[in-house]
Amino acid sequence: MGMTFAEKIFARKAGKSEVRAGEIVFCKPDRLLMHDNAAAITDKVAKELIEFGVANPDQVVIVLDHTVPAVDEKTAAGHKKIREFVQRYGIRHFYDVGTGVCHQVMVEKGLVLPGMLAVGSDSHTCSYGAVNAFATGIDRTEAAALLLTGETWFKVPQSIRIHLRKRLPELVTAKDLVLTIIGQIGADGADYCSVEFWGDISYLTIDDRFTIANMGVEMGAKNAVFPADEIVKGFLTGIGVERSQWQEVWADPDAQYQQELVFELDRIVPMVAAPHKVDNVKPVNEFKGVEVQQCLLGTCTNGRASDFALAAQVIGRRKVAPGTRLLLLPASRSELEKALDAGDIQTLIEAGGVLLPPGCGPCLGAHQGVLAPGERCISTANRNFRGRMGCREAEIYLASPATVAASALTGKITDPREVL
Amino acid sequence: MRIWCYGDDINTDMLFPGKYTYTCSKPDEIKPHLLEDLDPEFAKSVQAGDIIIAGRNFGCGSSREQPVVGLKAVGIQAVIAKSFARIFYRAAINQGLLLIEAPEAVDYYQPGMDVELNPDVGRIRIGGQEFRFPKPPPEILGIVEAGGLLEYTRRKLKERTGRK
Repeated sequence: MGMTFAEKIFARKAGKSEVRAGEIVFCKPDRLLMHDNAAAITDKVAKELIEFGVANPDQVVIVLDHTVPAVDEKTAAGHKKIREFVQRYGIRHFYDVGTGVCHQVMVEKGLVLPGMLAVGSDSHTCSYGAVNAFATGIDRTEAAALLLTGETWFKVPQSIRIHLRKRLPELVTAKDLVLTIIGQIGADGADYCSVEFWGDISYLTIDDRFTIANMGVEMGAKNAVFPADEIVKGFLTGIGVERSQWQEVWADPDAQYQQELVFELDRIVPMVAAPHKVDNVKPVNEFKGVEVQQCLLGTCTNGRASDFALAAQVIGRRKVAPGTRLLLLPASRSELEKALDAGDIQTLIEAGGVLLPPGCGPCLGAHQGVLAPGERCISTANRNFRGRMGCREAEIYLASPATVAASALTGKITDPREVL
Repeated sequence: MRIWCYGDDINTDMLFPGKYTYTCSKPDEIKPHLLEDLDPEFAKSVQAGDIIIAGRNFGCGSSREQPVVGLKAVGIQAVIAKSFARIFYRAAINQGLLLIEAPEAVDYYQPGMDVELNPDVGRIRIGGQEFRFPKPPPEILGIVEAGGLLEYTRRKLKERTGRK
């Protein structure tokens, strides 16, 4: 019997010829990601760090992104503490304020490669499935223990195989696809599972795959992964990674799956996840006319140059509707630079958009873009939980960059196909 | 002892709002905001020994561990749910907070019923009816028995250096 992607990764990392779903293995992840929470993480084991040191400084990646630039004295002190830690323990992979959201930075700097095992003290660590890595979120305590030992336990997950067929229509995006999947299987539809994407994936760019893998955790998945095909290889060559640096992994054709699903991409339409659950998904037309006061375009889910290009294409030379705010939140400096070179940021600013520093803040109500009671926001982020954007009495709708841009034009939730 | 009863998909933003994640990390900072966006009554009245009963996918969303640290700190005896999200489940093992996956027990429970827990033998008694739940797998029992991952790691590191 063949092995799934997850079984193969864990067999390799545990030094075994074969492992099966349900087995518990101990292994050393290739990467341990932390962000602003590194301050609290290192605090937990301050004494032990002095006594035992960091097990493997090159395993560790730290990116400051959640409260950047610092919100207040407390977060500033946290950042300072992290910079001191990085200095003291020789952490090479450190990215300071302004580099971008940790997940985007991991992928664009080539810190995570095909066939790697990565863990991170952030639930959206699953994003690196876009480049054929097994990547999953852990809590702060586990990250602290990993700093000291470099090792942790994993239960080899069951797997779900999703077959994608045909192409997405014009102005329908990977975001609409992943919202459709989550709407169908539910917020716990892939609980504890590794989700593999098969089929007509050559139509999906790295950015598309990032958006899809990023939202794996919103269906409960442990990871969500694509094969290392020509698109992945082309992307890695483009960022200067040599072919000898990675060993890709993919499932055997006769591997065993808990579930198999098929999605016909040509039938997908623009979708919206309504408050307050990510699986509360319906076609955009069911929300026609719902007024929005804020539109958030960006985050690690949809803050890349291609997302700004799509939004700029929808908006054109028009203006954001009076009474509506459009916030632009790039996933990284590099993606912001690309969008500036393309002229798309200028288009969006001229339309009335407000450019924020690359980072996470507004997405989780940690910094900037907080909502007022009774306000509604349509956002390209990955979560619409109650209180997520800092206010319990506000509402968040999730959609694609095209739908968010169209809604910014009208001040109401709008199907992008109707304004272009 | 009070039973706090909640529904499906209780996410970590409801258990502990994201806006506090970079300013509150210690148990005493976490406690006043526990379940703030789900049930403002909880933080005011919760007492050691109380139990939470919930539906499917409890603890979904962010990897923030403050909900687990907070529930442990206020002395929640256990969370009994139909199912748990995986990062939350792991975080609970790491903090030594007892989570019990027992869908039949959750379905059976009606407000006002007595709930009695016996984790050592893996038994819940609800209104006279008995339900069983499995122990954690042997490979990770060491973490649970040490009272959490940090204590387990400390012991392991000491053993290692002791041997040298």
